[in-house]
Amino acid sequence: MKYLREEIFPTKFCSGCGCGTVLNCYAHAIDELGLNPENIVSVTGIGCSSWIPSPYLKCDTLHTTHGRPLAFATGVKIMKPDMDVVVIAGDGDIAGIGGNHLIHSARRNLDISVFLVNNYIYGMTGGQVSPTTPMGHPTTTTPYKNIEHPMKIAELVAAAGASYVARWTTYNVFPLMESMQNAFKKKGFSFIEILSPCPVAHGRKIGMREGQDYLNMFKEKAIKIEKVKNLSEKELEDRIVIGKFVDRERTEFTESLRKLNQERIGK
Amino acid sequence: MDYYENYLKKFEGKTFFILGDEAVAYGALFARCNFFGGYPITPASEVAELIARLLPNVNGYYVQFEDEIASIGAVIGAAWAGGKAMTATSGPGFSLMQENIGYAVMTETPCVIVDVQRSGPSTGQATKPAQGDVMQARWGTHGDHEIIALAPSSVQECFDLMIDCFNLSEIYRTPVILLTDGEIGHLREKMVMPKLKDVKIVKRPKAKDNKSVFGGQLIPPMMEFGRGGFIHVTGSTHKTSGMRDVESQEVHEELITRIYKKIETNREKIVRIEKKHMKNAKVAVVSYGASARPSLGAVERARRNKKKVGFFRFITIWPFARKQITELGKQVDTILVPEMNLGQISREIERFVDCEVISVPKIGGIVHSIDEIYAKIKEVV
Ligand SMILES: Cc1ncc(C[n+]2csc(CCOP(=O)(O)OP(=O)(O)O)c2C)c(N)n1
Repeated sequence: MKYLREEIFPTKFCSGCGCGTVLNCYAHAIDELGLNPENIVSVTGIGCSSWIPSPYLKCDTLHTTHGRPLAFATGVKIMKPDMDVVVIAGDGDIAGIGGNHLIHSARRNLDISVFLVNNYIYGMTGGQVSPTTPMGHPTTTTPYKNIEHPMKIAELVAAAGASYVARWTTYNVFPLMESMQNAFKKKGFSFIEILSPCPVAHGRKIGMREGQDYLNMFKEKAIKIEKVKNLSEKELEDRIVIGKFVDRERTEFTESLRKLNQERIGK
Repeated sequence: MDYYENYLKKFEGKTFFILGDEAVAYGALFARCNFFGGYPITPASEVAELIARLLPNVNGYYVQFEDEIASIGAVIGAAWAGGKAMTATSGPGFSLMQENIGYAVMTETPCVIVDVQRSGPSTGQATKPAQGDVMQARWGTHGDHEIIALAPSSVQECFDLMIDCFNLSEIYRTPVILLTDGEIGHLREKMVMPKLKDVKIVKRPKAKDNKSVFGGQLIPPMMEFGRGGFIHVTGSTHKTSGMRDVESQEVHEELITRIYKKIETNREKIVRIEKKHMKNAKVAVVSYGASARPSLGAVERARRNKKKVGFFRFITIWPFARKQITELGKQVDTILVPEMNLGQISREIERFVDCEVISVPKIGGIVHSIDEIYAKIKEVV
């Protein structure tokens, strides 16, 4: 509890929501790394997932506009390179409306950690289709069924140039916690896509009314990335590939900015 | 070592022959700007190009973003991380920035947005000047708010007002807009860099604790990230502590009224105008920015021809110089308002005077000629 703003608990998350699990993992990751919360800025967008640190986590929090937390975080990190800057927001926020910022922050390889909570839906606004909603699922704005292909976010971020990319579900709390620690430690753009239940806005239309239904689904459909090499795209269609996608060294943006300045100053 | 002092010494006191856009960049430097986020657009790109060159020399940061939404977002983030931050754009980019300008208003974030206005709507005449964003600067973002916007009429003023913009943003903890136009931005003119000791720089008041970063007094002090304040910055309605409270009518009313009053109650301190040839004038030509130049030319010609015509120029567009314009309306019988739009400020003037107000619009990417404005003067004198 020492990392939380106790005065505003209990949280406003619905029962069965995965946001509490993500908050828990985030606080544990901070604790296990022994990080000083005074040195952390959590930057969030708009949506239920954005409420995970804002305001529940006791650190500096910048609760921004819908889709733009990565842009705000870039300004923060450049001016405060020694602080840990963490972006937490939903799939609609970071990958939907803010998708362009995601691609370009990964391309620059900005040294921040991004925890994207993918609950397959626009939760806060009451269950409209999201770029991650599986094909065929009915939502409030796809009343018959969703006819669009869902976005593969982790794969996209890996292709865009991030230093560290992983995908986990809220069923895999221990690997997720460890992965968050790795994201903190990694220099460069670290990205974790976290699949998370939303029984209230997403599940109710497909008969998944309990958080547990999601955990069962995650358990059943998850497949480790190490095991997918010989599987076809078709075979993987209905699976959730979990694990570490990318872990590499690549020039980091704020460091390059600083080097450039060092070269100029005094000239 | 103060990289800034050292570097600026190269320029102080010197005379330059440069573009208005370049003067904006130098003005930002003299104001000690250390973060610029932007996206290229005519006729504002020259601001970014020069500042990208200048900032690394003073340990500042220039980043070209993927769009203008990201640019203004990063500017606000940089400001909360202690930076003096700015962006520069033109119409289409200014439109994209509106949501986050509202965020800066709501979170009381000091920052400067330069809008080098061009002909619109949409891509309009992309390379040509206009003054069509005057009302967008005032009301472009949703919700009740006040805004500060300054309009330069010369290259020297681009430099001087840029420093004022930063100072006003720090004093009032608010975004400030330098509302220039493509004509002034691309005008090449003589300007003199001041001596460093003559440049007044205002710094934002710093909070000792996190209790009242968002209220408690008209203009609360700020606390940057990383100071152990555990501050919570949100564009949602919030209490004095920064914590969200979007349910209570009282909390919202108190917050928005205070943010509004910061500027409203300081109107007379902020407002700046210029008056010339007003003695015994019965007609006044009122303008701002690029169109103020031929306006003054026409007034001077009228005076040479013994016509009782005066000149009035807004240096601050917002907050509006209500008192000054009301006084003017009492002195003269007619106000002519040349502007490079279909009468945006002309209508605003009408709200505050009883005399006749005649709009003298000019659109299509060119500034009024002195002849055109003089012809209007002759019609009414
Ligand atoms: C510019 C803008 N458009 C739309 C909205 C409305 N809106 C608020 S949250 C949200 C979607 C949230 O979905 P997601 O980011 O996936 O987060 P979740 O609530 O599911 O955690 C939308 C569309 C907004 N706040 N701003």
